[in-house]
Amino acid sequence: MNLPILVAAIVFWLFAWAFNEWLVRQRFQSEIANRVAHFAVPVLFGITLLVLWEGIVRGFAVPSVLLPAPSMIWQRLINSLPTLMADFRQTFLKAVLTGYALGCGLGFVVAILIDRSPFLQKGLLPLGNFVSALPVIGVAPIMVMWFGFDWQSKVAVVVIMTFFPMLVNTIAGLAASSHMERDLMRTYAASWWQTLIKLRLPAAWPFIFNALKINSTLALIGAIVAEFFGTPIVGMGFRISTEVGRMNVDMVWAEIAVAAVAGSAFYGVVALIERAVTFWHPSIRGGGA
Amino acid sequence: MREESFVRDKLLPVGTVVALLIVVWYIAVVFLNAPFERDTAARAGTEISFSQIVHNTMAQERPVLPAPHQVIAEIWDTTVNKPITSKRSLVYHAWITLSATLLGFGIGGVLGILLAIGIVHNRAMDRSLMPWVIASQTIPILAVAPMIIVVLNAIGISGLLPKALISTYLSFFPVVVGMVKGLRSPEAIQLDLMHTYNASQAQTFWKLRWPSSMPYLFTSLKVAVAISLVGAIVGELPTGAVAGLGARLLAGSYYGQTVQIWSALFMAAALAAVLVMIVGFAHTAVLKRMGAKP
Repeated sequence: MNLPILVAAIVFWLFAWAFNEWLVRQRFQSEIANRVAHFAVPVLFGITLLVLWEGIVRGFAVPSVLLPAPSMIWQRLINSLPTLMADFRQTFLKAVLTGYALGCGLGFVVAILIDRSPFLQKGLLPLGNFVSALPVIGVAPIMVMWFGFDWQSKVAVVVIMTFFPMLVNTIAGLAASSHMERDLMRTYAASWWQTLIKLRLPAAWPFIFNALKINSTLALIGAIVAEFFGTPIVGMGFRISTEVGRMNVDMVWAEIAVAAVAGSAFYGVVALIERAVTFWHPSIRGGGA
Repeated sequence: MREESFVRDKLLPVGTVVALLIVVWYIAVVFLNAPFERDTAARAGTEISFSQIVHNTMAQERPVLPAPHQVIAEIWDTTVNKPITSKRSLVYHAWITLSATLLGFGIGGVLGILLAIGIVHNRAMDRSLMPWVIASQTIPILAVAPMIIVVLNAIGISGLLPKALISTYLSFFPVVVGMVKGLRSPEAIQLDLMHTYNASQAQTFWKLRWPSSMPYLFTSLKVAVAISLVGAIVGELPTGAVAGLGARLLAGSYYGQTVQIWSALFMAAALAAVLVMIVGFAHTAVLKRMGAKP
């Protein structure tokens, strides 16, 4: 047991905590300082977590098989960049992005197609909601059997996982414009297409982006878990499951770090596009917090 | 506006779509399984008629896509005809998965509620923790599942708890996010009223915040229970297919037992539906007792 490191980590934690408590109570004069403070609190919390993690692992000499220290994971990440890059390309660029585009696109198109048929909508909406709650991930072995070990089967899993949230949200979004607004379009003698493009789609964007954001996480999960069921010798899910078997836990953590960064970045990009497209929405204009 | 009718607005459309899906399924069965039949016929040196193909594709032992009646027969066979304690019984496997799901869901729910209470009452916690709670949602947390299982196994913890931990991890985030929203849902005017009553913080919490958070709580609990089942199933994959629905999936994919995969899948779907329904019933019951309009 390495007491000084442990004590140092705990002292750092207490100081950071106290500093955060102080920081959130401050009102600075300048707008910039306020913004920096707003940003600093969660960042400091994250750093504290890492320091505490490092301190506990080193302080108690936790075996690295159980929980490697962040510094060790970082080392591993830097040393095996080519492997991680190949995995990233296989899982994220090939499987996730293709499947995401196909699944979301299909959900959107189907929602538009059945828009004119209330009968089909009434039939598909409860089913879509139902399927969204199911452990869809279970189709992964079937897809692997049908489409082979390579990334095509992962694309299929991602398509199935992302299709239903998109369908349900788009249908809900297309119904979001009010009767008044639709009546107004009618008085303008707008065609169905004009109403769709000028009124109903813009009103549906918040719902559609909600689905896009949910799907960005689902797609990555789907691709990774599908790789547990069989894959060529490359890919994030494959790496995680094999390195766990070989007890290279630091490599697993490095892969998870890559997945986390990729997932957050993916989500962040979608959220940024959302801000640009739905700039008029109250949640973005910043009315209430 | 016409009166909402159950048959016209629910049963008929949903029934039609389901019937359509089943028809599409049967057609797909014929097309996907036909190559195998043609192969066998060609190998045997015989011609095979189309009607013969259709007949055979419905009853293959290891079809590419099993027909719906095969799946139902398999489910019936493995639930009713086998004793529940048998390892071949689907009920046994479902129970294993269900117990991990429920344990994880329970821990996750309680933890989520406690954390939400902390976040609502402490500014520092709110500002430092909330961004991370949201960020963690964007991380493919299921990727951690195999590691948790194997590592805990290495230090001698196995069985129910590791799987339940994964479920906990997954189910805990929706609850936190929903509960924070719910506990903040009372309007300023209502909080002011509590203030004029000189209510303590605990009183405000129990009499105002807690009751008004109930709809949010149950909505997120529905998400949480569904995702916690996913967690339990994925948690069963790396243990080497011992028991549980996830293990049935994995074993099925190893041995090409498609009928077994599909029946496990249907069982998982039924389980998810029942769990979500139970939470839904609890939702309506609680809201009714609170005097909400139906």
